Amino acid sequence: MGMAEAILLTIATAATPLLLAAIGELVVERSGVLNLGVEGMMLMGAVAGFGAALTTGSAWVGVFAGIITGALFSLLFAFLVLTLVTNQVATGLALTLLGIGVSGMIGEAFVGQPGVKLTNIHIPGLSDLPYVGRLLFGQDPLFYISVLLTVGVAWFLFRTRAGLTLRSVGDSHSSAHALGIRVIAIRYAAIAFGGACAGLAGAHLSLVYTTQWIENMTAGRGWIALALVVFASWRPLRVFVGAYLFGAISILQLHIQAMNLADLAFLPGPLYWLLAQLKSLPSQFLSALPYLATVAVLVLISRNRRLTIMNTPASLGQPFVPDR
Amino acid sequence: MRIELVKRPQRSKLFAAISPFLAFLLTLLAGALLFAILGKDPILTLYTYFVEPLTEVWSLHELAIKAAPLILIAVGLSVCFLSNNWNIGAEGQFTIGAITGAIIPLYFPEWNSFAVLPLMLVMGALGGAAYAAIPAVLKARFNTNEILTSLMLVYVAQLFLDWLVRGPWRDPAAMSFPQAPAFPSWAILPELFPSSGRANWGIVFAVVAAVAVWFLLKKTLKGFEVRVIGQSPRAGRFGGFSTAKTIIFAFLLSGALAGLAGISEVSGAIGRLQPVISPGYGFAAIIVAFLGRLNPLGIIAAGLVLALSYLGGEAAQIAVGVTDKTVRAFQGMLLFFVLACDTLILYRIRFVRTAVSPAKEVSYGHG
Amino acid sequence: MTTQGTRAMRKLLFALAASAAMLVAGGASAQEKVKACFIYVGPIGDFGYSYQHHQGALEMQKNIGGEDKVEIAYLESVPEGADAERAIERFARSGCNIIFATSFGFMDATNKVAGRFPDVKFEHATGFKREHPNVSTYNSRFYEGRYVQGVIAAKMSKAGMAGYIASFPIPEVVMGIDAFVLGAQSVNPDFKVKVVWANTWFDPGKEADAAKALVDQGVDIITQHTDSTAPMQIAHERGIKAFGQASDMIKFGPETQLTSIVDDWGPYYTQQVKAVMDGTWKQHDVWGGMKEGHVVMAPYTNMPDDVKKAAEEAEAKIKSGEFNPFTGPITKQDGSEWLKQGEVAEDSVLLGLNFYVKGVDDKLPQ
Repeated sequence: MGMAEAILLTIATAATPLLLAAIGELVVERSGVLNLGVEGMMLMGAVAGFGAALTTGSAWVGVFAGIITGALFSLLFAFLVLTLVTNQVATGLALTLLGIGVSGMIGEAFVGQPGVKLTNIHIPGLSDLPYVGRLLFGQDPLFYISVLLTVGVAWFLFRTRAGLTLRSVGDSHSSAHALGIRVIAIRYAAIAFGGACAGLAGAHLSLVYTTQWIENMTAGRGWIALALVVFASWRPLRVFVGAYLFGAISILQLHIQAMNLADLAFLPGPLYWLLAQLKSLPSQFLSALPYLATVAVLVLISRNRRLTIMNTPASLGQPFVPDR
Repeated sequence: MRIELVKRPQRSKLFAAISPFLAFLLTLLAGALLFAILGKDPILTLYTYFVEPLTEVWSLHELAIKAAPLILIAVGLSVCFLSNNWNIGAEGQFTIGAITGAIIPLYFPEWNSFAVLPLMLVMGALGGAAYAAIPAVLKARFNTNEILTSLMLVYVAQLFLDWLVRGPWRDPAAMSFPQAPAFPSWAILPELFPSSGRANWGIVFAVVAAVAVWFLLKKTLKGFEVRVIGQSPRAGRFGGFSTAKTIIFAFLLSGALAGLAGISEVSGAIGRLQPVISPGYGFAAIIVAFLGRLNPLGIIAAGLVLALSYLGGEAAQIAVGVTDKTVRAFQGMLLFFVLACDTLILYRIRFVRTAVSPAKEVSYGHG
Repeated sequence: MTTQGTRAMRKLLFALAASAAMLVAGGASAQEKVKACFIYVGPIGDFGYSYQHHQGALEMQKNIGGEDKVEIAYLESVPEGADAERAIERFARSGCNIIFATSFGFMDATNKVAGRFPDVKFEHATGFKREHPNVSTYNSRFYEGRYVQGVIAAKMSKAGMAGYIASFPIPEVVMGIDAFVLGAQSVNPDFKVKVVWANTWFDPGKEADAAKALVDQGVDIITQHTDSTAPMQIAHERGIKAFGQASDMIKFGPETQLTSIVDDWGPYYTQQVKAVMDGTWKQHDVWGGMKEGHVVMAPYTNMPDDVKKAAEEAEAKIKSGEFNPFTGPITKQDGSEWLKQGEVAEDSVLLGLNFYVKGVDDKLPQ
């Protein structure tokens, strides 16, 4: 396995949970709801997935437990913001707090136990192809699911009638309601889908990324997923790009540290210079790089007002009560 | 059965008054249930949580110490949230405020003057405000989503502090351990009643700030502007108010208060800069702001209640053996119930038989 | 008030004073039952640093005679800010006889509270401040174990290169890296160590990423100074060997773990709580190592017999006090001389160590 392929594989693993959670949140936000509880839902998915896999011995049971727990947990949020019309920002934060607390309580029994790993796919022949074998045919199943989900959501949102309906709800719930579209029902479904995706992302962390349960193991990835949605200006394929970009920065940052500059003398001058500069920076600055990059990209994207307004769901975060 | 909301013709005064208490009661009930499931005595646990910390004087001091930064930050956030500016990066502004406030005692440790402490507080507030100006300007100028920029800047601020106390600001006497030199005695926020506990002037700042911001919001044109723009930017524009100016104003005010909280915390309860200076005050203050219903006076009460839940959680860890995770779960539940109960202020709830309604879409039974 | 009443009052006061005096006296001399209290910076479920302290507490309770003799109380995940002082004060007020504050960040808070409660004993781990006679400090010479790991790594590695996942550039961590390199070079003078700073004590995902990056850069042995078991699992997946950290992590890598440095605080806690019971507790600054049983190596596994033998020999030499890993000649990373032939590093230098020895493939963040 070449180094480039190895690095790409690591980046894919780092990007997959971000992509899964972000694609779910994208659908939620496209329907006009902002759910800041991604971190909490991911943790619930992670602990449920780990626990179910440990008790049954099957990682797949864990995956489904993660999905279902994430979805159920998100319905708590849905009930508050849709039925009781509470403030979405505050309710989302409450969901995160509750998720951190409850997952920690449930997970106490699982700490210090090696879990069950969701094994990588292996297709004889194909997986062993040089350069691309492992990358295309030898990763964990959730990687493929994340790619399919991205394509599926893109297709659903922009190529199907149901997707159009969902987007119209997000753009103007009042007009959608006037047209007889069941705004609340669609938003319930979107939130549950987002919860399921976040739960799946959590299960990826505890069943693939690191096969263990530790309280707070998401370590802020839910927030990154939220940032990615805006970063992508609510377009699924750009979420994919964003997740991989973010994954790449955080992985390459570690490689830059581990690399020996002398081994890289063959690189073109400017690139070598850049790497040397990066390597001489304090590691705190390297760690801050992904966050600064996110801010920079957010600014660049939102500067183009026309583009932003075209893509932003106009009703995002606005409460909706149907008049009867 | 479905739940349907019917808008009240006007705000219910009754529910506005009892809603917080109703929410607290529901939290207690849910908490009792939770503890019973965990096999703990619910009454004893709730007593340790919410009553025991109030029975001793030193513990009241601790309550003031814990509540002060929560209230200070939350009061600023209330102005942001009321004007529809979602600053969730107060933790970062708190951190930067602590750093800028510490510049004088670190660079001029010999300068002993009564002016040092007030200058530190001012610099802390300025630092916090300047850091909050970043997401504010980005939002006002480029329409950048402030939730995410302010949050990303939290991580950056924390890493910056980490670098400072491990690098240029490291105490040479601390054997290469990560901490800045201790502040000289005249740079320490004085305690209020040193004989009985360590509560310092931070709580006074918090209460003064709350009253001042309450006055601003209720009695001045600026406060009116903030609320109008928050409820409807269009109406605000018709009224001749500038959305951009309001964004900047709200962020600067809340950043300044968060920065003041930051320097008060390090010069008061901690006494020096170190890698960890906050257990997440900036985030917990968001709960406080909503718990206090974005009303600065309500926020004083809310800050005390949340601080109590931390102290009580600690007491319960020792006395009853519940884990520290229950504190988080408890706070999440409290916020949920407060939000849910506040619905009753604006709406009446009607239960509708399912059969009648054609729109049975999703099961509502999960809440 | 009548005379009778006054007299009764006086009697009562006298009785109270007498019992108070007895209580105080009891604090100074032998005690039937003590309360030992622990403050942890992380969750006891971290399976690393705080977990090991808690294991030490439980072991101490068992050694001394169970719950009848020692009552244990603890607070976990105490932040190193203003909350630490409250947590410590709460314990001091709730009748704890001895309080163990188990993280460096609790240093100021421990000393402040100790000044207010002269009858309570305070023990602060990894710090250096003892402002009151009732404060002791304690730490362990984990670098001794790191040296042994270095010996094993150099014998086992085919690449001649190990990967080191480090948390933060503090002396404790730098010391560990240097000792590891010195151990490895005692076997293979050309041995190299690649260091990656994760800037966290605990983030399984990031630690896993760091482990993968190191493996992809060609190392075939991983060691870590961060707390989670993730690097061990990655090493297992990639089919290389690794060392555990803080606790015996063999469960997470039955075919992967070579050994692990186990922080065994049990003997120290037992000794100190007993001292409180006997009334012989005295202020001290203890830096215990293998000799005192504070640093224990997990069983040597997954290695050929000759490597195991070399490891055991190194361990025995250190344990007997015959050998100190920081014995000259040692050259600094920049090529200048640190220690002359036979010269042993002073503890005070080690405690503030901020440079690498030769052979570390990294620039130390300053």
